Amino acid sequence: MAVLRPFDKLPELNCATILLVGAEGGPQQQLAEAMLREKKDFNINIHLASSLPLPPERDHLRPRIDLIAFVIDIKSKYSLKNVQASLAYVDVRFFLGKVCFLVTGVGRVNNCSVEMNAIWKLGEDYCSPVIFCELELEGIRVATAQRLLRMLQICAGRVPGVSALYFSLLMRNSAGD
Amino acid sequence: MDEVIVEYIRRTVLKIPRDEIMAVLQKWGFLSEAQLQTINFRQTKESISHSVAQLCEESSANIKQAALLDIIYNHIYPNKRAWSVYRMNKTGEETDFFDFRDFKKKFRRQIQSALINVTINFREYEDNAIWIRIAWGTPYTKPNQYKTSYVVYHSQTPYVFISASTLRSNLPLLCQAMVVASNYHDIREMELRSHCLNSLKDIVFKRYSQNFQTNYPLQERNVLTENVDLRINDENSSEKERIHRLNQECFGDGPQPKLDFAQYKLETMFKSDPKWDVLEKKEPFRCLVKFSSPHLLESLKSLAPAGLADAPLSPLLTCIPQKARNYFKIREKKSLHPGNFVALFQLQDSSETQHMPILST
Repeated sequence: MAVLRPFDKLPELNCATILLVGAEGGPQQQLAEAMLREKKDFNINIHLASSLPLPPERDHLRPRIDLIAFVIDIKSKYSLKNVQASLAYVDVRFFLGKVCFLVTGVGRVNNCSVEMNAIWKLGEDYCSPVIFCELELEGIRVATAQRLLRMLQICAGRVPGVSALYFSLLMRNSAGD
Repeated sequence: MDEVIVEYIRRTVLKIPRDEIMAVLQKWGFLSEAQLQTINFRQTKESISHSVAQLCEESSANIKQAALLDIIYNHIYPNKRAWSVYRMNKTGEETDFFDFRDFKKKFRRQIQSALINVTINFREYEDNAIWIRIAWGTPYTKPNQYKTSYVVYHSQTPYVFISASTLRSNLPLLCQAMVVASNYHDIREMELRSHCLNSLKDIVFKRYSQNFQTNYPLQERNVLTENVDLRINDENSSEKERIHRLNQECFGDGPQPKLDFAQYKLETMFKSDPKWDVLEKKEPFRCLVKFSSPHLLESLKSLAPAGLADAPLSPLLTCIPQKARNYFKIREKKSLHPGNFVALFQLQDSSETQHMPILST
């Protein structure tokens, strides 16, 4: 069962799970900790992976994943390639609002190795929002954690009246203006 | 002659960072405490150096004192020079008693028999290290104090660390003098170069933390599982654990010696698809690969955990401290089974030849 499917498992009570894929090491771990520090009224689980597919031996322990955030580091072409390779292991129904791309490292324009066009194209091809951030700065890290938390809340169905698909369309239309 | 010496002392003082000048001058011991108190260390370095030069002129410093200051400066800041390692061999196991005066006499005599215009100074330090400073001249000109070579020799070992200056033509004479003075038979260069003298010593005297194969793994292997919030799950923790373990096996636990670069000269055949006849020449493909870094071994150690390379790293990279060299020449060895996709490369080593299997696609 290498492909990640959105509705394969039953949801847990009062719980939401986010999967961060890519850019392993410090930035991922710090973002996860920032998300845990935020005030929220439900439990969250954060899973960190460097690439997909996920190791199959832990499949039965894993909860249902509500939001996948692919982390791309602008300083490393390898991280973009890694994310592109991982996208093949995601079921198509995830792309109805349950996937977003997180691009980090934009604070250092001099060390840019990845083309902006490639990232925009990625967002358009997969119909998913692209969020730019700089995870090395404390303030931006906290703001990004808050945004991801809000998206997670919507994708887990905890905001009445707003579905993941509706929200992602909202984000894309406002970005296009 | 006096002005030249005084100017040389002044320039040496200028090289020292301002906060350290007092300490270095005290170590030098030529100027008395009273004289040192008269210097105002809060002015610019230029003015401090002039004050020191003035005092030295009044005290009639000679060339020996100036050379001693230079040796002390280079002993405290050895990383400003590039050092190469040489190894001396002797046949037979005679353990001669090392006589420092005898050594100095023979060394001086050997060099001066070929070139009279040199300044040679010696200083012995506590760790059995002998520092030799040589300022070179030519048969027709006096020694140029700014063109110096340094030799560091630990008398109980066959290793010599040489920092030659731009005058590399004097290197054979220097090596010859070392061999004769220390009662060895020959000397050869070890293909190991760096700016950090202490790291070179660590590598050659095997003082860095090496990895020893044990059959009993360490009990406390909880490096990766401490202080982890249970709500954060690492999907690849077993992979990270494996990389960490392989890294430990390759590099050991402690800090690595500091090297600046590793250079690989490849003389191997270019392997390509058989239908691309163009590149199927019978000559080896010559290529030079150089890895440079402020701290090469630490950066190699962090490649796999950062996700930039697969673990285990190629043995060509991890063998650098064990083989004590950072210049490699790689030639091709004809493999026994031409259809095999594993190619064997031969490391050119003057004392032994090793066969290292490396995967090539």
